[in-house]
Amino acid sequence: MSSILPVAFDGIAYASWLFLISAGLTLIYGVMRILNVAHGSLYALGAYAASSLAGVWLERGLPAAGSFAMLLLAAILVGCLVGPLIERGLLQWMYGKDEVVLVLITYAVFLIIEDVIKLVWGVDSLLLPEPYALPGNFLLGDLPYPVYNVLLIAMALATGLALAWALYRTRQGKLLLAVIHDREMSMAMGINVSRVYLATFAVGATLAALGGAFTAPTVAVTPGIGVEVIVLAFAVVVIGGLGSLGGAALGALLVGLVRSATVHYWPEAELFSIYAVMAMVLIARPKGLFAAQEARKI
Amino acid sequence: MKVATVAIGSLVALTALALLSPQWLVFMAMLVLAKGVVVLGLLVLMRTGLVSFGQGLYFGIGAYAAALLSHHLHVADAAVMLLAGAAAAGLIAALLGLLLAGYRDIFFAMLSLAFSMILYGLLVKSAALGSTDGFNLHARTLFGVALAPGVERRVFLIAAAVCAVVVALLVHGLLGGHWGRLVTGVRDNELRVTYLGASPYRVVYVNYLIAGTIAGMGGALVALAVGHVDPETTYWTTSGEFVFIAILGGTQSILAPFIAATIFEALRTMASQYAPNVWQMSLGLAMLAIIMFLPAGLWSLAERRRRSV
Amino acid sequence: MSAVLTAQGLQKSFGAVRAAADISLTFDPDTVVSLIGANGAGKTTFLNIVTGYLRPDSGQILFGERDIVGFSPRQITKLGISRSFQIPQLFNSLSVRENLLVAESIAATDDPQAATDEALTRFELAPYAAQKAGLLPEGIRKLLDVAMALSSRSKLLLLDEPTSGVSADEKFAIMDVVMGAARAAGVTVIFVEHDMDIVARFAGRVIAFYDGGIIADGSPDTVLRAENVRRYVIGEEIPHAAA
Repeated sequence: MSSILPVAFDGIAYASWLFLISAGLTLIYGVMRILNVAHGSLYALGAYAASSLAGVWLERGLPAAGSFAMLLLAAILVGCLVGPLIERGLLQWMYGKDEVVLVLITYAVFLIIEDVIKLVWGVDSLLLPEPYALPGNFLLGDLPYPVYNVLLIAMALATGLALAWALYRTRQGKLLLAVIHDREMSMAMGINVSRVYLATFAVGATLAALGGAFTAPTVAVTPGIGVEVIVLAFAVVVIGGLGSLGGAALGALLVGLVRSATVHYWPEAELFSIYAVMAMVLIARPKGLFAAQEARKI
Repeated sequence: MKVATVAIGSLVALTALALLSPQWLVFMAMLVLAKGVVVLGLLVLMRTGLVSFGQGLYFGIGAYAAALLSHHLHVADAAVMLLAGAAAAGLIAALLGLLLAGYRDIFFAMLSLAFSMILYGLLVKSAALGSTDGFNLHARTLFGVALAPGVERRVFLIAAAVCAVVVALLVHGLLGGHWGRLVTGVRDNELRVTYLGASPYRVVYVNYLIAGTIAGMGGALVALAVGHVDPETTYWTTSGEFVFIAILGGTQSILAPFIAATIFEALRTMASQYAPNVWQMSLGLAMLAIIMFLPAGLWSLAERRRRSV
Repeated sequence: MSAVLTAQGLQKSFGAVRAAADISLTFDPDTVVSLIGANGAGKTTFLNIVTGYLRPDSGQILFGERDIVGFSPRQITKLGISRSFQIPQLFNSLSVRENLLVAESIAATDDPQAATDEALTRFELAPYAAQKAGLLPEGIRKLLDVAMALSSRSKLLLLDEPTSGVSADEKFAIMDVVMGAARAAGVTVIFVEHDMDIVARFAGRVIAFYDGGIIADGSPDTVLRAENVRRYVIGEEIPHAAA
């Protein structure tokens, strides 16, 4: 009995992390029909930028609580600078192309950014444990549990709710939904799809960087941390249905809980369990849980 | 006949290379053949309209199957290891293909990636298999004949050349006849294929099986050449390299994967000597350049020149 | 003489829309039947149900002795029902000859090459044999679409608007070729059409659909002049007789 609480909590914490890293990916796919493989490198950039910025902040002896703001700032800088750079500089010329070709293009961008990271930050790992340790621990049952993880859960909830509100309650959101539904029709209605794409990519990139920035204090930031993220994020997004925010949330929760249970009772099967969930969901629902309906072809 | 000429010519050239070149070139030629064979499988998939981002899975299975036979079961015969690699990979492809043959486009691409990363995760966590370090193969023989270290590589190259040429001829024959037309049909218009009475699912499944099996063969070849295996074989970067080579060569000719693999290995050797930290960036930039300016791969350059002559 | 196809009590609704309301029809072999009706009347739904693309909510379809409801399009094609499409479904990067060769090979004829040559002749496609299907003019694409459908040794050929998108002067020529080939092969033809001149010229029997049901079924003369058909399908205002 006493082990269920930490398993559930771990599961929800991991699910929150998964949601943060998946939301941006599913949003970009939903609007632009691009599976952004560079999502992983934006995550990595966020982690690196966060480590640097917060590291500098703390070195200067500034109040430790401010380091959290630095994490956020790093994510916003990466998302709003690198995101538009990629979209305006490259992607906007490629929109007519086949979906898989677009994947190859974002894959190329991923490769490029990976080496840019190595050139800027070197190959050694960066460590930034302070923000993680700062809020301390609380007692979960009789086990000490980092408050930081609660912060992560809160952040995921806030992000999810903010995105949902923005999509369904604001005018901009409704324009986005229109573009998701039918791009050509939206253009015919006078929606500036080009600007919608730019904004979407920037938001998606920021979300990726946010995931990276707030993960940085919990791991050693090394080249290549973006890779596993893409594959995990894709698994979550596919389980939920490509383009569905609610699906990503549900998928994250499902995977998070299953993975947490596996880690506690059968650790070797951790990675395997995530993909087993994905495979099982796909067998039952080939396009994911909340996949969009497709119109008849003939 | 033109095909026979090319096949025999290649065999002769490779045999000459095997017997006369310095060791490093023999080794590189082995790698080129192994990777070329994997990319040949990718070519088959691309002709069907699919891109697999996870051939590293079968490449790794082939390599580890060969290595396990050598290290744990003390099998020494290279031919046996080669067959085992191909068979093991084929078995898994037969299984996974059942799921993957129902998918297309992005799903297919990313699901194949996901499965290769599962194997990576399993290998890395497996202490018994050496984790990230991998493990070595023991001394190899060919058809029971033990060879001196210097000679071994050369003989293996000739054997690899024979395998590669045979596989290339088989694929060429397959894609040249009815199956090739059907495959193009599936790529062009699955709906029509269904309403003619054939099954696109089955076509994709068979091609996926072929691609997986020969990727396993390529993996075994690499294990034999290098004498060591590690999880890197099934990592996404390896799969990505195969995709890059496939795009570089294009799908027009059976020779393209091997020529592209040669160019790739040459570039990689140079890059690792002079600019290791920008290798991935160079790959990325090159990929973008090819997609934008030479979508049919380098082969389209040869086509253009032939047409203008 | 047994019927080639019998539909019994077909029902199909999409939400509140009744696309097929208790449709029962019998088709005799070696006949040419035209299905007419306004868009949304249910004729394409009927076609899609017969070819297995849609599953009816209830009802039966007997082809030969078998109920084919629930069979996949592929199975139904293999049994001998084939179709052409409103928008021709071709293999655009293959040549006309190769398109037909694929079709013949899948149909598992003894000599695909010979069968292809025969199809090229029958459909007057020989001049285009080497051209890529993607580059053909629309009328030829339509012909190729039908030629591919016919090649699967079909017993029943369903044509979905065979002359739509074709210029007026070509329509009759194309239908002449198609019907000639179908007759030579001895297949039953059911075609959906909006052009009443084509219907009048080539159909031996006309079935008019409206709102998911059948409002007329008979010879072209009878059906095309029937009052309800003129009101609901052809769209002529019937002037009331002067007093």
